[in-house]
This record gives sequence, C-alpha cells and structure tokens, in this order.
Amino acid sequence: MSLKVEKAGLLTTVQDLGRVGYQKVGVVVSGAMDTVAHRVANLLVGNEEGAATLEFTLLGPTLRFEADHLICMTGASFSSRINGKPAASWRPVWVKEGAVLEIGRAKNGARGYLALAGGIQVPESMNSASTYLRAGIGGLNGKALQEGALIPCGNAAFTGSSYLLKDRSDQEGFAQVNWYPAPELLPAYQENPTIRVVKGPEYDWFTSESQKAFWEQPFNLTSQSDRMGYRVEGPEIVLKEKRELLSTAVTFGTIQVPAQGNPIVLMADHQTTGGYPRIAQVISADLPILAQTLPGKQIKFQEVSLEEAYQLYFRQEQNIEQIKRAISVKLIR
Amino acid sequence: MTSSLTASGQEQPCRLYPMGEAALVVQFGDVISPEIFSRVQALSCLLEQHPFPGFVEQVPAFTTVTVYYNPKEHKLSVGGSTPFQQVARLVKGLLEHLPAPFELTAPEIKRIPVCYGGDFGPDLQFVAQTNGLTPEEVVALHTQAEYLVYMIGFAPGFPYLGGMNERIAAPRKASPRASIPAGSVGIAGNQTGIYPLETPGGWQLIGRTPVPLFNPNAASPSLLKAGDVIKFYPITASEFKNWKETGIDES
Repeated sequence: MSLKVEKAGLLTTVQDLGRVGYQKVGVVVSGAMDTVAHRVANLLVGNEEGAATLEFTLLGPTLRFEADHLICMTGASFSSRINGKPAASWRPVWVKEGAVLEIGRAKNGARGYLALAGGIQVPESMNSASTYLRAGIGGLNGKALQEGALIPCGNAAFTGSSYLLKDRSDQEGFAQVNWYPAPELLPAYQENPTIRVVKGPEYDWFTSESQKAFWEQPFNLTSQSDRMGYRVEGPEIVLKEKRELLSTAVTFGTIQVPAQGNPIVLMADHQTTGGYPRIAQVISADLPILAQTLPGKQIKFQEVSLEEAYQLYFRQEQNIEQIKRAISVKLIR
Repeated sequence: MTSSLTASGQEQPCRLYPMGEAALVVQFGDVISPEIFSRVQALSCLLEQHPFPGFVEQVPAFTTVTVYYNPKEHKLSVGGSTPFQQVARLVKGLLEHLPAPFELTAPEIKRIPVCYGGDFGPDLQFVAQTNGLTPEEVVALHTQAEYLVYMIGFAPGFPYLGGMNERIAAPRKASPRASIPAGSVGIAGNQTGIYPLETPGGWQLIGRTPVPLFNPNAASPSLLKAGDVIKFYPITASEFKNWKETGIDES
C-alpha cells in the first residue's frame, strides 16, 4: 500500500495538525497551513481529522499508485489529472493501482492537500508526523518529498465501495463522486483577502497614526513569505517610544512588528517565542484564507472583538460538524 | 484584566490577557529577575501537574507563562462567558495555590563539559582582548558561574541563560556566521548560550560541548528545560573527541 513519487513538486511535505506539547522546549508546532482543508480532506476519505496528509505548494507532485486507494484533494484548485483526465478537488476519488495522478499548477491559492484513506504512515517524531524542514524533523526523514520516494499508507476504513465507486473505475482507472461539501461551509478563499484580527497584547505601544494605518491601508505580501511567516509591506508601523519586549510566546497568526516597521505574520512553522511587539492576532477562522494567499497579493486587516472571534471560530467548527454528518449520509454501509 | 492575587500571604500582582482565541498569557512583571521567574516556574509546574480540561500546553518565558487551550472544551455559555474568561477563572484558581519561592525544591545543577578555545572556540581570544583578560581568565569566569535557564526558545532546545559575569561580555559579530556547529557555546552582550542545532548566528564562539542538547527521538528531546541550573566545566580536545565517539564522560 503505497504511492511512488514521480515528480516531487515545488514543496511537498507530510503534515498533520502539528507537534503539540513541546513548545516549552523550543520545538515548533508545524502542521498543515490550511487546517480546514486538511481536516476536510481526511473526513472525506474516512480518516481522523488529524491523520497525516501531503501538503503541496504552487506546483504539486506527480504520484503513481502502487495499490488501489480512496483519495481526496482539497485546498487551492490545482490543474489535477489522473491518467490524463481532469480530477476534481473536495471530492472522494477512487484510484486504481497503476494510475498516475499529476497535480500540476495551482489555479488559485497557494496550497493543496492530498488525503489517502488510511492516512500516510510515517514514523512519528514527538507524537506528530508533521515535517519541520529547518530541524529535519518528521515526515519522510525530515525532508520534503523527493523523486523516487515511496509514500507508505495505512489501512483504510473507507474504500471505493464506501461511495459506490468501485465498479465505475474500471475504464478510466479512477472514479469520483458527483457531490462535494457546500462552499458556504468552507473558508471563503479570496485573492486579496480581508483578514480579521483581534488587537495584540502590545497594540497600545504603537502610535495612533500607525494604528490607523494598520486598519485602513493594504499590505503587500512579499516574496519573503513561507511556512514560518509572511513578511508584509505597507504603511510604516512604529512604536510611540523605543521599548524592549522580553521574549515571550508567540503563535500561529501572531502579527509582530520588528523595528524596521514591516509586520510579520507568523504561520504554521512559527518559532515558539519572539521579542517583537505584537500588534494583532489573526482569528482562527481566517488562518486558512491567509494560508492560501500568494506573494504579490494584498491583505487588509479588519478588527473584530474577541467575542466575535469566538463566534466565528465556533461557526467554523459547526460547519465542519455539518460536513461530517453529510458524509455519513452519503456513505454506503 | 489585572488581578491581585495573594500567594503565601504576600500581595503578588499579575496580569492575565488573551493572545487570540486559544491562548492566555499570565504576566508576572516586566523585568528579568530570579524572583519573578520563580513565580513563572511555579505556575508552569502547577499547570503540568494539574492540567484543566482543554489544556493543551504551556510555554514559560522570562516573565510570562502562555497557556494554550482548546476553546472547543469551553463552549460559549448562556451567560455570555467566553472560553478565555472560563480559562482565566481556572488559571486564577491555580494562582491562588502558587507556592512561595522558598517552597520550591532547588533544582539539581546540571554540569556541561566544554572544550574552550582553538577550533571549537575561535572567538575566545577576541572575548579576552575585549575585556582585557587572558583566555584562561575568560574560561575561569565562564566556568565559575551558575546559570539559570530562564526559557527555551529561538530554536529547539536553545536555552536563554541568566547569570553570566559581565566581565566577559562581548558584542555580537558585525556579520553573523552562515553556519555554527551544534554544541557551540557563545557570548552575545551579557548573555551566554549553547546552540543545540547547526544554525546561522552572530554570537562570539568560545567553545563547544560534545553533549547533545536536543534529540528529537528521545523521550525528553531537550536536555535542558526552563528552571534548570547549569554549570560549565572545561575538557580537553581529546576528551571532547572521546566523548563524541563513545558518548562517555572520561574527564
């Protein structure tokens, strides 16, 4: 039960929901950048939400199936083909042994996810399969996918029969269902998004002009943006007076402002602690949208209260629950 | 949200505030001091010993403990109390039981061997010259002190140490090295530290330890944790080599 990597893609890594519990010894959390896409991909193939998937970036991998697998791709749209025929995202697909999946280029957004029924089985490091490239931890030997590698898969609870796909796959080498989760239940990806944030612990340290500019003016996502953090450029954001922050914990979505005045939004591979003032914190519900934003695009920040952030968080969790229920209705038992 | 909490009869103010929907920060002060840090350490231990429902992990730092939790475990209640408010109540409950510093057991001193100077410490001479000392005097001052591990951050297993003698302080390198070998012991300003993994860095390197500080496959991947006290002792280049080959301390 495995996949063979024919082309690795630009940056393809094994990710789950992160390495939790070791931040106190400096170990970064990592995990999927777009956690909603990751979780839904798993649910659609009958896995636990946190099973390991492949996260691919801008240009996806090409994979040969060495066994029959139920798979699902989510996240950004890629020009994916199986045996040369278009393959849909956000739908379970039954793929036969010998078939080749070419994920191709992103048509919008930055990152896609490939879940396999049974999950990707790599040895866990500190209770997680997530790849953290800077320290060479997790995933396939701590590295991004390499050409020729075999991706081992676990035992699947779901197969093609679960969705009545088995008999339809003979001719093309694959078959996909004709339904998908309602888009309104998923994050509203936007090319130039408005990202909702709550004020950060040091918001009051910044000048009122900087505060105003932070809410009113757009920021460009620079090419210095990766899984660790996004550097954005826009109006200069400055402190009222020079002030040192003692290093303290930072998290996914923390927006910190170094002395040169261009904010950095910390992403999945964020360091565990930082010493720059924190102007804002991206709300959980908008992290998937940010994860799909490309360098060169514009971001605007919009303030919400902590209460609103919780409401949006719980709505997103309810949406995922609703997707779970919808899947159980579609299942053939 | 500011709360004054009494611990062991003393008035000890601290501040609780949110960092997004899934983290609460307890801040005990604004300066680096062993007194403030003992409270950080005490809360950190209490949280590990008595995790509340939905507790995910905690990260101690110089003056703060950041508590990560799963908001799903603390639904928005009818009364309008948010998960943050509910977790704040639970953490305040723990703060009321915070032991006084004298009640904490003194940590065992961890001894770390270092081969000073030569290829392992190319900047030892510079640090000596900067301070009008001989390299031997720098080593003597560096090995004399006991260092408190205030926090682990920046990289897996990287300790922020307090307690270095200011007579061996030295500025960072004007241009950082592209790669510093794992185990390098360095000085930057008034701080000393050890690089657990090969990384770029601007510290003045005075020596190297053969002891691995970080092993992702070990049950406790980091040799050090916040609250530990360490002391360095000098070893020779051949002892360093032996150690690397056998993993055994023969010094």
